[in-house]
Amino acid sequence: MSVDLEQFHQVFFEESFEGLDIMETGLMELDLGAANSEDINTIFRAAHSIKGGSGTFGFQGIADFTHVMETLLDEMRDGRRQVTREAVDSLLKSVDILRMMMNCEQDKSDPDTDTIKRQLTELEAILGTSSGGGEVAAETTSSSSTSSGAGWNIVFEPDANMMLTGNDPLRIIRELAELGEIEVNTHQEKLPVFSALEPENCYLSWDIILHGDIAESVIKDVFLWVEDECKLTLTPIVNESAQPVAEEAKSEATQPVKAAATTKAPAGDNKKAANAGSSSIRVSIDKIDDLINMVGELVITQSMLSLLGEDFTMENLEKLQDGLGQLERHTREMQESVMMIRMLPISFSFSRFPRLVRDLSTQMGKKIDLVMSGENTEIDKTLIEKIGDPLVHLVRNSLDHGIEMPADRIAAGKNETGTINLNAYHKGGNIVIEITDDGKGIDPDAVLNKAIEKGLVPPGANLSNQQINELIFQAGFSTAKEITDVSGRGVGMDVVRKNIASLGGAVEIQSEFGKGSTFTIRLPLTLAILDGQTVIVGDEIYIIPLVSIVESIQINSDMINKVAGKGETFKLRDEYIPIVRLSSVFGIENAKAKELEDGLLVVVEADRKPCGLFIDDLLGQQQVVIKSLEQNYHRVDGVSGATILGDGSVALILDIPGLLRMSVKH
Amino acid sequence: MPTILAVDDSSSMRQMVSFTLKGAGYDVVEAVDGQDALNKAKSQQFDLIVTDVNMPVMDGITFIRNLRAEANYKFTPMLMLTTESAADKKTEGKAAGATGWIVKPFNPDQLINTIKKVLG
Amino acid sequence: MKNAEAVVEEINERIDNAQQQDGDEYLTFRLANEEYGFDILRVQEIRGWEKVTRIPNSLNYVKGVLNLRGAIVPIMDLRIRFDLPQAEYTPTTVVVVLSVMSVNGTKERIVGVVVDAISDVVNAKTSDIQSTPNFDASIEIEYIQGLATAGDKMLMLVDVDKLLNIEEDVSLLDSEDHEDDD
Repeated sequence: MSVDLEQFHQVFFEESFEGLDIMETGLMELDLGAANSEDINTIFRAAHSIKGGSGTFGFQGIADFTHVMETLLDEMRDGRRQVTREAVDSLLKSVDILRMMMNCEQDKSDPDTDTIKRQLTELEAILGTSSGGGEVAAETTSSSSTSSGAGWNIVFEPDANMMLTGNDPLRIIRELAELGEIEVNTHQEKLPVFSALEPENCYLSWDIILHGDIAESVIKDVFLWVEDECKLTLTPIVNESAQPVAEEAKSEATQPVKAAATTKAPAGDNKKAANAGSSSIRVSIDKIDDLINMVGELVITQSMLSLLGEDFTMENLEKLQDGLGQLERHTREMQESVMMIRMLPISFSFSRFPRLVRDLSTQMGKKIDLVMSGENTEIDKTLIEKIGDPLVHLVRNSLDHGIEMPADRIAAGKNETGTINLNAYHKGGNIVIEITDDGKGIDPDAVLNKAIEKGLVPPGANLSNQQINELIFQAGFSTAKEITDVSGRGVGMDVVRKNIASLGGAVEIQSEFGKGSTFTIRLPLTLAILDGQTVIVGDEIYIIPLVSIVESIQINSDMINKVAGKGETFKLRDEYIPIVRLSSVFGIENAKAKELEDGLLVVVEADRKPCGLFIDDLLGQQQVVIKSLEQNYHRVDGVSGATILGDGSVALILDIPGLLRMSVKH
Repeated sequence: MPTILAVDDSSSMRQMVSFTLKGAGYDVVEAVDGQDALNKAKSQQFDLIVTDVNMPVMDGITFIRNLRAEANYKFTPMLMLTTESAADKKTEGKAAGATGWIVKPFNPDQLINTIKKVLG
Repeated sequence: MKNAEAVVEEINERIDNAQQQDGDEYLTFRLANEEYGFDILRVQEIRGWEKVTRIPNSLNYVKGVLNLRGAIVPIMDLRIRFDLPQAEYTPTTVVVVLSVMSVNGTKERIVGVVVDAISDVVNAKTSDIQSTPNFDASIEIEYIQGLATAGDKMLMLVDVDKLLNIEEDVSLLDSEDHEDDD
């Protein structure tokens, strides 16, 4: 029987890349000197799985390389070796190289063998071994004594409890019988009287004569699993006729060759037809379950409709219309669920940064903490792929131009370790990604002088600080005195801005000289999903993003407070909260609740300021797919997008911060 | 046909083992770690267990020790999938009640041959 | 009088046919007792009037938005757009869904317009389109790209891109906003 191992390669690659990510994250989080052995074990386990899988699926190079890493990790785990910076750095580099090797195997290209060899040498130097890898593949060729060719006398005495490991002496004897002709003599002397017999014990032992020219190692292999659970004696049978020396030599020589041939076979298989580089995504079971449920409903509707169609009369018209309506709804819901499958947490994009920051800060001699938050914010898969480069550029920029050298930071009265914050969240139908550093910020004078020098601004121009900050996005502007290895690379901030704009997004900068800078990226979420609260005012339905809602309350008149002028506020737990009537901001004339006591207040929060949004009633909560209003229309104040409700009608999604700004105007 | 429980946290290895054994005519149930395997083995009788050693949640050796303590698994063959380098795991596994081991890397034919021998 | 559904179905069929030919065909419609025409290649489909979702603080002729196979499409009322007396929406009131190109020709939008009724699909040869002289029409002259005759009636051909230029709407809205602020 032959199994085509190639069918498992894609799964193997996917899990191995995940394993590499686990190793990378784990290595970066290790406390030098005081590493927790469980943490090291997690890294070890990932390496171990990659080694096992790669060997099995025919990627011997990867298996050998991982083996060396695994050895190092094993020693660290057992406390035989200190977790040093040097070792962790080298392991991280090895992770990169493994990733490269894995990529090469995946697209059947040749890996950079020099780099691999160099890294192996480095790892081995750390390990203090000079053996040139490959011990994994090494077959046991140690067959110390060989048979005389006539056969063996085997004395086999199992321990009483051998069967309790699932080993059956009969199986072993049967296996021996496959090697050659056997004569078996069973010893029953130890068998107790029936009443004393423990049925689970083995009381028998055997003398076996095995005829034939069989290597001792082959026989030992048969007993391999039980060698510690039995007494075993092997004595060669001395034959009357002497064994020709030449034949012995031959049998020795053929053995290893055969072994080599079998281990090579899968490696050859692997070079077969190129794999059609299909990318795949991992989808949470919940999302799949949703889809399956929907398909279920669809099937029910479909069978109901075909039943109707079999014998249709006009009396059933209404049922038919209902059914078709249901069909439409289910189809649409399914379409939306399918789109949700494309949504991935931004952590897919963020995950590379701990490593990037670590490596670059070491390289530059800076001390930098990277703090990430909102990694679970979901974003469309295509956006994840496309936002990667601009993000890397901005983070590199913060590292290079933002955070100062430790000495400079101390001189400026700051902590010598700088901080870069990477934060993502949904806001008004956008995903916002902020990159904040507590570095030196933008020096307005330096930037202005540079801009004048470059002819971007006329001499003597009077610009606000914000206008000056914006200059860094101008084509042909670069503040770095010379192009550094880090953020240089010939790409300016203008390109970053252009790339983000091409995704329908925007990037802005806020900076305070001496204190730090924040880059804010906003990306539209044409395919984004939002948890929403459906509310009604008059006969119009709106969606409030659940994230902005603090609570919903019904108020009574003694909570209400009319502030001088015309603002309404209400008192909630000792706090006066302004009330915004959605009907008046949006000019809805037929709102049912005229008095505050008649409707509901949804307490929402924007920029940490609470506000009571007055509506007629709450309807329900649901996940909605955000649709762009801008595709065919244009942006609408107070509205972040639209969605399609179960009945096919359109409901607008409220942009709470925008709405509150509008209410101030009103 | 005998029913085999295949335990591995790596889905590629698990799929490979399962596919190979099914191809040889066995019924196969998969489990993703020792705990999952233990639960499955308690709700259904298996004729043979093939388990990885290094796994999250519950490793293969702990799983074997726990399962061996069950009355209806006293004599069931339990094989570990282990690498040559992890010699101490073999001893540890044997002490926990493992029947034997299959050394990784292995190819499907080696797997089938070993299992055929054990199941007779 | 045919019911709206039948009209819509028949016209949609003719639009499909017309779009497969190369001729200069126009979909004619009635607005305040005048006949107008849309270039048939710009017409996506015709629908009966249905309730839309109102857009807050929009220009008055924007009736709202509609779900058109998953896309959010704005619906404009041409009577309101040109300050004509408003008509009740009747069974023959239809929405013509048009494809509109932005001024710089880079972006295509889908916009629906409410008209009084759909009349016909006619062939108007290029030579029939006379350069527009000064004349009285409900739709302002800058949105008329020419005239044609269909049978004994005069037909005003509407420049869809100019008429439904949403960028212009935005600037209108913005200037209104400014007035509010002041």
